[in-house]
Amino acid sequence: MDAQNIHDSKLGEIANIPERRSLPLRLLAILLKSPVGVAGSLIVTSVVILAFVGPLISPHDPMSRNIRARFQPPGFVDTKGNLYTLGNDQLGRDVLSRIIAGSRVSVLVGVVSVLISGTLGVIYGLISGFIGGILDSVLMRIVDGLLAIPFIILVIAISGVVGAGLSTLILILGFTGWITYARVIRGEVLKVREMEYVIAAYALGQSRAKVMLLHILPNVVSSAIVLAAVQVGVTILAESSLSFLGLGVKPPTVTWGLMLADGRQYINSAWWMTAFPGIAITITVLGVVFLGDWLRDLLDPNVRGRA
Amino acid sequence: MRAFIVSRLLQLVVTMLIVSVVVFFILRLSGDPILVVAPDFFSEEQIEQMRKFWGFDRPLGEQYITFLRKAVTGDFGTSYLAKRPAMELVFERLGYSWLLAAAAAAIGLTVAVPLGILSALKRNSFLDLLITMLSSLGTAMPSFWLGLMLIIIFSVHLRLLPVFGALEPKAIIMPSVTLGVGMAARLSRMTRSAMLEVLNQDYVRTAHSKGLMQNTVVLRHALRNALIPIVTVFGLQLGWLLGGSVVVESVFSWPGLGRLMIDSISVRDNTVVQAGLIWFALSFILINYAIDVIYILLDPRIRFQ
Repeated sequence: MDAQNIHDSKLGEIANIPERRSLPLRLLAILLKSPVGVAGSLIVTSVVILAFVGPLISPHDPMSRNIRARFQPPGFVDTKGNLYTLGNDQLGRDVLSRIIAGSRVSVLVGVVSVLISGTLGVIYGLISGFIGGILDSVLMRIVDGLLAIPFIILVIAISGVVGAGLSTLILILGFTGWITYARVIRGEVLKVREMEYVIAAYALGQSRAKVMLLHILPNVVSSAIVLAAVQVGVTILAESSLSFLGLGVKPPTVTWGLMLADGRQYINSAWWMTAFPGIAITITVLGVVFLGDWLRDLLDPNVRGRA
Repeated sequence: MRAFIVSRLLQLVVTMLIVSVVVFFILRLSGDPILVVAPDFFSEEQIEQMRKFWGFDRPLGEQYITFLRKAVTGDFGTSYLAKRPAMELVFERLGYSWLLAAAAAAIGLTVAVPLGILSALKRNSFLDLLITMLSSLGTAMPSFWLGLMLIIIFSVHLRLLPVFGALEPKAIIMPSVTLGVGMAARLSRMTRSAMLEVLNQDYVRTAHSKGLMQNTVVLRHALRNALIPIVTVFGLQLGWLLGGSVVVESVFSWPGLGRLMIDSISVRDNTVVQAGLIWFALSFILINYAIDVIYILLDPRIRFQ
């Protein structure tokens, strides 16, 4: 099946679902047809819920120390009969509770940074592609230069200079992540700009600003959404790498990357301190990747299977 | 073809100029760079002297020009910490980084290309699903975590491989596998989709219908054409490989450029960080330039234009 057929069948799917149902219900029906989409949205929803209601369902206080119960392996039960499902860390804190607490930072960083970077990237790409000419060349050469420094290295260097901390890190990731969007959105704008409906809008006497915002922007948003899904995963991984290296979020804030940094210290004796936070990151990012794949199939069948 | 190579070369120079601006200004984001390195007990006067010595008393534009003029000749200044030219420190580590990157890229390609082809040929089979799942998993996994897990299994429990350093040849196994897995996961997806696209082409159908063996069709007709997008994607994923190597080198204490960068960042040894950033960008740009040239060699449609 080539791209066009896939596109048609997707449109068919959307069309086949009775019109009388409301849009959210129709979207749900489409979602249920894709196992990858279901898996992705289940994982992502669970992590987001965990981030919000974490303290309510957390089995223990993620901060409470218990020196006598340090380095207890998974399944440890203390004298009062409390279960520590995933074991304890070097200060006797419950690993499971800390993983639940850490979800908050991942969600926050993932969502806020991507909102910032997505907005900046779309604006940049829109301006570059729409105005064109010398400005376009200059803007794109800047993007080339920024893309030449691998993302994580750029972020490491900036946070090394500016300093660490949760809000700083979110801003750094937000203000560097836009580079990824700029090129793609510009490409999309160049394509959409030549479409007949855009020419028609001009012919009807609409201003350039109106054409840009009302006719071009809505047609590049789907690409931005697909890209944003991918970027949420990239950002969560970047945050954990930076915190792991000591260049990101600082204790006492609980993050999965910091948990891994602790785990590394005691890698000889307490494998569970390393294993479980990593599994949490992997599952979360996997959920985001699945959701992104599904969104891409749904919104952008032409780029199916490509990066 | 020559015109293309020359114009890409010019573009490369422009890109490097922009990189130099970015690198120069990143390290001035902290405000006064001298306050970062000056010891606390220094008097105002001594700090002023230091500022003069490093040239930080000049206007920003002039500082940049000086930086660029020296950088072109490979002079990035002296490391605050090691009291040796920053470039010298970078060169000592570069070999280790290239070795690691090459090993990881080799592992990535040898795993990903056959798996991607298999996945495309047996499309929608259980095998395809399995390979696709594994590649998603490999993409989602933080590479440094995979490295830590390998340490737990192969160093702590099985005691087969050294935990860190580069003292014996087998020390490269874990860091390169760690990075290779991530690379393979990213490349196999691309190989699969590139192969799928090619397998649908008329010339593949023709090759089949004239009775050629499946292997001949796949390797000589399909793969050769799929190689073009694969090679391009490989160049782009190189950015991931270089970035990942920074974190993975620090997990395994591999004495490469990435580890030097992290160490220098934590002590604010900015000249070394600058030199390192420039080298990362230069390697990325040069390899992608080389790929563009390979691209021409692989694709006669471009070559004979």
